[in-house]
Amino acid sequence: MVNPTSESAFVQFDRVQKSYDGETLVVKDLNLSMPKGEFLTMLGPSGSGKTTCLMMLAGFETATHGDILLNGTSINNIPPHKRGIGMVFQNYALFPHMTVAENLSFPLEVRKMGKSDREAKVKRALDMVQMGDFGGRRPAQLSGGQQQRIALARALVFEPELVLMDEPLGALDKQLREHMQFEITRLAHDLGITTVYVTHDQTEALTMSDRVAVFDDGRIQQLAPPDQLYEEPENSFVAQFIGENNTLTGVVKSVSGDACVITLDSGEEIDAKPVNVSQPGERTKVSIRPERVEFNKDRLNPNAHTIKAQVKEFIYMGDIFRFRLSVAGNDDFIVKTRNAPDAVKLTPGETIEIGWLAADCRALDA
Amino acid sequence: MKLTTLLMSATAMTVAGSAIAEEMTIVSWGGAYSNSQLKAYHEPYSEKTGVTIINDDSSAEAVAKLRAMNEAGNVTWDVVDVVAADAIRLCDEGLALEIDADTQLAAAPDGTPASEDFGDLIVSDCFIPQIVYSTTFGYRTDMVPDGVEPPSEICSVFDLETYPGKRALEKRPINNMEWALLCDGVAKEDVYDVLETEEGQDQALAKLDTIKGDVIWWSAGADTPQLLADGEIFMGSTYNGRLFSVIEEQNQPVAIMWDAQVFDLDGWIIPTGLSPEREARALDYIMFATDTQRLADQAKYISYGPARLSSAPLVGTHAELGIEMAPHMPTDPANAANTFLYNYEFWADYRDDIDAKFQAWLAQ
Amino acid sequence: MADTTANGPVLAADGTPLKQSLARSLRRQKMRALMLIAPLLVFVLLSFIFPIASMLFRSVENGIVQDTLPETVAALQQWDEQSGELPDEEVYAAFIRDMIIAVDNKEHTRLGSRLNYEETGMSSMFRRSGRAIGRLDPVEDAPFKEALIDIHDGWGEVGTWQTIKTHAVPLTNGYFLNAVDMQRTVDGAQAQPESKQILITLFGRTLQMSLIITGACILLGYPIAWLLANLRMRTANLLMILVLLPFWTSLLVRTSAWKVMLQQQGVINDTLVWLGLVDDAARLVIINNQIGTIIAMTHILLPFMILPMYSVMQTIPPSYTRAAKSLGATNWTAFWRVYFPQSVPGIGAGSILVFILAIGYYITPEIVGGTKGVFISNRIAYHISSSLNWGLAAALGTILLAAVLILYWAYDRIVGIDNVKLGG
Repeated sequence: MVNPTSESAFVQFDRVQKSYDGETLVVKDLNLSMPKGEFLTMLGPSGSGKTTCLMMLAGFETATHGDILLNGTSINNIPPHKRGIGMVFQNYALFPHMTVAENLSFPLEVRKMGKSDREAKVKRALDMVQMGDFGGRRPAQLSGGQQQRIALARALVFEPELVLMDEPLGALDKQLREHMQFEITRLAHDLGITTVYVTHDQTEALTMSDRVAVFDDGRIQQLAPPDQLYEEPENSFVAQFIGENNTLTGVVKSVSGDACVITLDSGEEIDAKPVNVSQPGERTKVSIRPERVEFNKDRLNPNAHTIKAQVKEFIYMGDIFRFRLSVAGNDDFIVKTRNAPDAVKLTPGETIEIGWLAADCRALDA
Repeated sequence: MKLTTLLMSATAMTVAGSAIAEEMTIVSWGGAYSNSQLKAYHEPYSEKTGVTIINDDSSAEAVAKLRAMNEAGNVTWDVVDVVAADAIRLCDEGLALEIDADTQLAAAPDGTPASEDFGDLIVSDCFIPQIVYSTTFGYRTDMVPDGVEPPSEICSVFDLETYPGKRALEKRPINNMEWALLCDGVAKEDVYDVLETEEGQDQALAKLDTIKGDVIWWSAGADTPQLLADGEIFMGSTYNGRLFSVIEEQNQPVAIMWDAQVFDLDGWIIPTGLSPEREARALDYIMFATDTQRLADQAKYISYGPARLSSAPLVGTHAELGIEMAPHMPTDPANAANTFLYNYEFWADYRDDIDAKFQAWLAQ
Repeated sequence: MADTTANGPVLAADGTPLKQSLARSLRRQKMRALMLIAPLLVFVLLSFIFPIASMLFRSVENGIVQDTLPETVAALQQWDEQSGELPDEEVYAAFIRDMIIAVDNKEHTRLGSRLNYEETGMSSMFRRSGRAIGRLDPVEDAPFKEALIDIHDGWGEVGTWQTIKTHAVPLTNGYFLNAVDMQRTVDGAQAQPESKQILITLFGRTLQMSLIITGACILLGYPIAWLLANLRMRTANLLMILVLLPFWTSLLVRTSAWKVMLQQQGVINDTLVWLGLVDDAARLVIINNQIGTIIAMTHILLPFMILPMYSVMQTIPPSYTRAAKSLGATNWTAFWRVYFPQSVPGIGAGSILVFILAIGYYITPEIVGGTKGVFISNRIAYHISSSLNWGLAAALGTILLAAVLILYWAYDRIVGIDNVKLGG
């Protein structure tokens, strides 16, 4: 079935499945469509199927079932070199026996472009990544960051409409990585390229993308803009995988509109927002972000449930305080507060009562 | 006092130890031939003296290895089995001990001194003859064309019309040049005089040229028997003992053409540079192993003729096959109607010269 | 005070020049390193460098004539070898004196063997004359000229004395001349008679066949190495065992097996005849010639090509080819422009290995090479073990070694030796 957005979709996965051994599916029934110019990140743990999807899109793996469409036409039977997709590889894959300029010139040569055109384009691409003076060097003579820029320039030099990036920043140190994250997004937006970006680093995904597809177990668990992903995870996997998260398990006691009451396994009752539950009696996992937990009863609704917590540990982190609490049998319940002048400093061993707004505690699948 | 006793007993033990572990290394050709020596010589000798004999199958490279050992000043061989031509060379190079046949070898049972019993088979001062073998032709009886007599004389080797098929010849000039001249009209007694000349050598090569396209050149003694067994060739030269085993032991359809067989000798040398004890032991072994009975015994295991005149009447039956060995000896009168004796002196001089020409001719 | 002056050396704290101080502190480390490799160094020196050096020295060493016949050689200096006249009594007397000592030491036959390489017949002349000369008395039996010629005609020929004089030099170029089908004569270096010229041909053939074998190994080995590097681990391991299998059988067995395969009544011919591809009367001749040598040696040397290729290909990540394809290259372009250039170091290493091994082979050519498929090494082996002309063997070996070094140098100039990889 082609879904309604297909008219405007530039890249589309339609019920795509992939199996290597004929016994297990690595990618299970994948549907995805992205408009032109979008920066989409595939995020997930290793083995979740994200790289396989990228490789299918690039043409290095064939879909076992389903269609992959580019600009409305199926590319299943088009070999990779005819797809016209730019790609940046994890270890850059710069050809070591060619100079930087020859590397960049390669895609233009195989397209039978004239020499002067090639030179102009190579120069432009090098300038674009601020590597104009490095054309004569060999890849081995460049630093990791420089190689990364060249790989980017090479993927862009033949002006593809779609660029795929397979964990391109994995080998760089933190500072350089952050800088490159910015650079890549800037380039992608300036040039108006559609980008599919694969990473297992959630920060990278959140900071760079227009939308993020969270992969697990061969499926897209949630496809949403970064803020929505963090604040409104649709299931417990996404809640766990994106950002820090506290989990408690229990049974739905009652539901009323946008709020519900959950009876925890330890017997205590808490407020939550029903997301994946609708009937009392259903088992659920609730998810609360550490920064949304409240010590101060005054800030909660008068009839809000509270729960006892014992302070296990206090960690001073400068801008924030971090507490590890024991809550309803969970010894790793984390709470963060901003280091404000009125911030409470709890001492280990102390027993307090905590609570939260029902909207901040999402009752998800068990 | 105590220390001295200790030292003395230690010395005594060392001496005793070396006496118990007395051993000698004898070098030979390996295979059935070494086996015949083991049965006929080594085992009885070990039994008699208690000396352990170690076999080394290095005779094919004996000359080069002995020279290298001698240069290194560490000769590890005690007795070496070589062909007569190699013995002459080793003697020339000073690598083999000169032997006085009458004092250092056993006399015949009737008292004939060894020098007479061996006669002119003692081709070098260093050489102790052991067997007479011959290089002759074997052919596939089933590949003889219909209506044609089986080949019985040497020139059928060069007669491709009557006897079509491949031949195997040794990849060296020796024997081949003689046969070629014999079949090109040169009288037997003139062969070496002719071969001494440039023209004679060319004549021999020209004769070989007539069959060159049908020749497979062999370099290991096992080649021709194998080629015959595989039906790869019609006829080929090899050592008569090898043909015996193809015919009698493997029952292949092969027969021997004895005409113009070339007699050659194989025997022992003792390397120079041995310690006096080792040399004495080697001489003792030689005295034992080349007496009349021992040489006759070897013929029970392999069809080579004993080098002593006095051994011939003692040759009996094959140890396993039980067949009479005398008719299979190259020296048997029926086989030796027309024979040729390898001219050692000639080949010692001309070997390198003619070999170079022969190889150049082969490569053409 | 600064440690440096404007134009003086840098000084260490105690005032000694810094360089000297550094050298002293490093010397200890160097000594320790040297001690660690000392056993290996001694082993290599004794078992490899020294024997090779002494073998090479043999190619020019020729002391035997002068050592055995010192007085004769001195006396021959006065004789004009071009005169066509026999030397005078003085030379003959000197010769008798030398020979009596030589016969005593049993050295005369050895000299005869040496000179027989140059002049056929010398060997028996010295051997036969030895006994008679040994009986002579150096004083009472004079004069000797007639007596000696009586003992053997050869002593009455000018050529004999020319040969002795020509080869009396302690260091000779004679073996090297022989090695290139020439000879050292009284009139200087001359070509060997045409009927004896064989070695240059064999050198040429050895190089040519080794190149063909190397080429065949590249063509056959490349796809296999590629498969090994790209198949899944389990399949690749299985294939690797098949590649290494030949290593587990002896060279002689493998070569003999090829004989069974290739001969006219052999497996290949039988199969072809059975399939009707070849007429029974026209069975292929694929052994005892160059084809046989090429087939058998290619098979034997193939692993030496595959292994270095494989270890290089293993280090080429598949992402290079993928990158090339994503950039628009066809399979062929991706292979030829991206994969192949990176695998060249493996080809280079394999080729050097195979070529150098091939150039020195002699067992296989001896068994399956017939007359046209033999190598120069077969002649070296002949001169080592059969003719005992070790000087010539050493000269041939030296030339072969030089040829390999020159080729290695050329390879370095053309391809660059740092482009050769035996492994990761």
